Amino acid sequence: MTMGKLPAWAVQRVSRRHEKLIQTALFLCAALSVLTTAAIILVLLGNAVYAPGARNAFFEQVSLWEFLTGTHWKPIDGPAGRFGIIPLLSGTIMVAVIASLVSVPAGLGAAIYMSEYAAPREREFLKPVLEILAGIPSVVYGFFALKFITPWILKPALGFLGLELGTFNALSAGIVVGIMVTPLIASLSEDVIRSVPRSLREAAYALGSTRFDVSVRVVVPAALSGILAAFLLAFSRAIGETMAVVIAGGQQPIATLNPLRGAQTMTSFMVHASTGDSAADSISRMSIYAIGIALFAITLTINLISGWILRRYREVYQ
Amino acid sequence: MSEQNPSGKSARTTAGSINGAPINGESAKRRPAVSFVSGGDRHIRSRLMLSRVFAWLCRFSTYAALAVLVVLLAAIFYSSIGRLSPDFVTNTNSTSPLKAGILAGLWGSFWLILFTAMFSVPVGVGSAVYLEEIAKDSMLVRIIKVNLANLAGVPSIVYGILGYTVFRTSAAAIATLFDGKHVIGVLGLFKVRLSKLPIYEDNILVGALTLTLVILPTVIAASQEALRSVPGSIRVASLALGATRWQTIWRQVIPAALPGISTGVILSTSRAIGEAAPLIMLGALTYTSMCPGGIESPLELLTKPAQLLQAPLDQFTAMPIEIYDWSKQPDARFTAVAASGIVVLLVVLLSINSVAMVVRHFASRRLKW
Repeated sequence: MTMGKLPAWAVQRVSRRHEKLIQTALFLCAALSVLTTAAIILVLLGNAVYAPGARNAFFEQVSLWEFLTGTHWKPIDGPAGRFGIIPLLSGTIMVAVIASLVSVPAGLGAAIYMSEYAAPREREFLKPVLEILAGIPSVVYGFFALKFITPWILKPALGFLGLELGTFNALSAGIVVGIMVTPLIASLSEDVIRSVPRSLREAAYALGSTRFDVSVRVVVPAALSGILAAFLLAFSRAIGETMAVVIAGGQQPIATLNPLRGAQTMTSFMVHASTGDSAADSISRMSIYAIGIALFAITLTINLISGWILRRYREVYQ
Repeated sequence: MSEQNPSGKSARTTAGSINGAPINGESAKRRPAVSFVSGGDRHIRSRLMLSRVFAWLCRFSTYAALAVLVVLLAAIFYSSIGRLSPDFVTNTNSTSPLKAGILAGLWGSFWLILFTAMFSVPVGVGSAVYLEEIAKDSMLVRIIKVNLANLAGVPSIVYGILGYTVFRTSAAAIATLFDGKHVIGVLGLFKVRLSKLPIYEDNILVGALTLTLVILPTVIAASQEALRSVPGSIRVASLALGATRWQTIWRQVIPAALPGISTGVILSTSRAIGEAAPLIMLGALTYTSMCPGGIESPLELLTKPAQLLQAPLDQFTAMPIEIYDWSKQPDARFTAVAASGIVVLLVVLLSINSVAMVVRHFASRRLKW
């Protein structure tokens, strides 16, 4: 082949500077993510802990002790304001725990079914169903909880038991958040369950195990670290879940663990406060940053633990 | 059953976990092998029963997901009866549930996604190319990778705080800088002179930048996966023929990975359409009857070129925000409005996802390694 037949770009001279320039540009793209993290931390700390200039940061007006141990959350300006995170924290944890009660058995069951029982064609049909469930926006689940689950399922069921259920309640919010994170648990667990080598299953069958024995006594224990990591990721996702909880969970910051009443979570307070019309540097608005730090720290810690479990306790097979 | 496994936790030691099997079990030891038929028969039957019950439980939890999906869609379609009509898509919002429509939110979401894609695709694919093709295993690269994994787990509302504090404040500063100045824009054949370009601090670009940060970790992960599926032999062959590293990436690797990249990018961008929380944190409008730039139909994109410059700098609402607003209205008639909004949102999501499916389908047919 002569040089003349090659396309122009193939014979053009490429300068080293040109190559370096492109590589630097690509590096900057990748480095942007580090910058994002730094910006998040700076913005949160810069408004909650120490604010430069004339503004007062949140913790310059409310003590950390009061914030962490206070059992009243009344985010109003002036002396009547009370800023204790406990009510928001209890609401958040209640919703996340209810979500886990729904999603852990359902997600793990689905993962085991799809990897151990389902025929390939059945799996090909079920996998997109879970993907669609994961792709439905949070507001849609909020609507579903408020307008369907609460009045048509929970109210009659609990009324039968003689229990009173509020229009806004943590139970329905927790259930839909559980539905939302089920696909996450299912797909992450299925991945680790599938990576358990076939030989382990075959050895167990050869020893006379039933499918239950193989699934529960061999495969799940072998994949346990990955499954635990998936549970933790789903829990942290449930903590950060916003719109479904805002719509269905209500806006009452009460320190309670009664899921039949309305509850305000950290995220739903943030949405509530940002739609209010208080001034940008008022303490009620600055409290968003303090809650933001708490939310960021909690979800980050859980995610880090999840990653650590995955690395530390991973079974490595040849 | 469970008492046969003396330490349920020891099951972690993979091979040892089989000690729950009856052959090593207590009952098998005590009886002679022959009684396997009489006494052990009940035992075996109960074990098989347990296995069958367990299989049904797993099947139930999987198909429960399908049932939830069906019930969810049915409930929404049923609720939307009474408002879902052609004029729901052509009307903007109204205080009357009989007139309220989603047009403003539809256009808001359109502009948001357009700019979100414009920002996130180059940066996302660029990062993925750097991490997969160029980066050596250095400390810095490892930090970037760990950081990306953690960013993916940050709740989207936190990005909303960042957007409010950084992007919105910057937009406000730019607005005061340009306010009242003359801006001349040239668009295609049209030469446009704007006497004054109003810039709002809660504009489309601020929303799009925030959404970009929300979806960037997903876009990067999807692109990395697509790049990883390109076989190394292609790179080696290209380099052996004398191509530089960048020529190899640009002419060989990216074209080969393009179907995967575009599927991943489309799917992760479509996630941004359903995001409401970060936009509400920014202070996006919850109630408005104005479309960004005053553009209300696709035809006006061509006939109102001046407004094209205005739209990205205009205030906005988005479909999920309007759905949220309608859902919390005390007037029960707004339930049908919210449900109709959800139907429109789901139809938009479905059509975008089917584009991704089509791309995946055709690409997987054409490319075979």
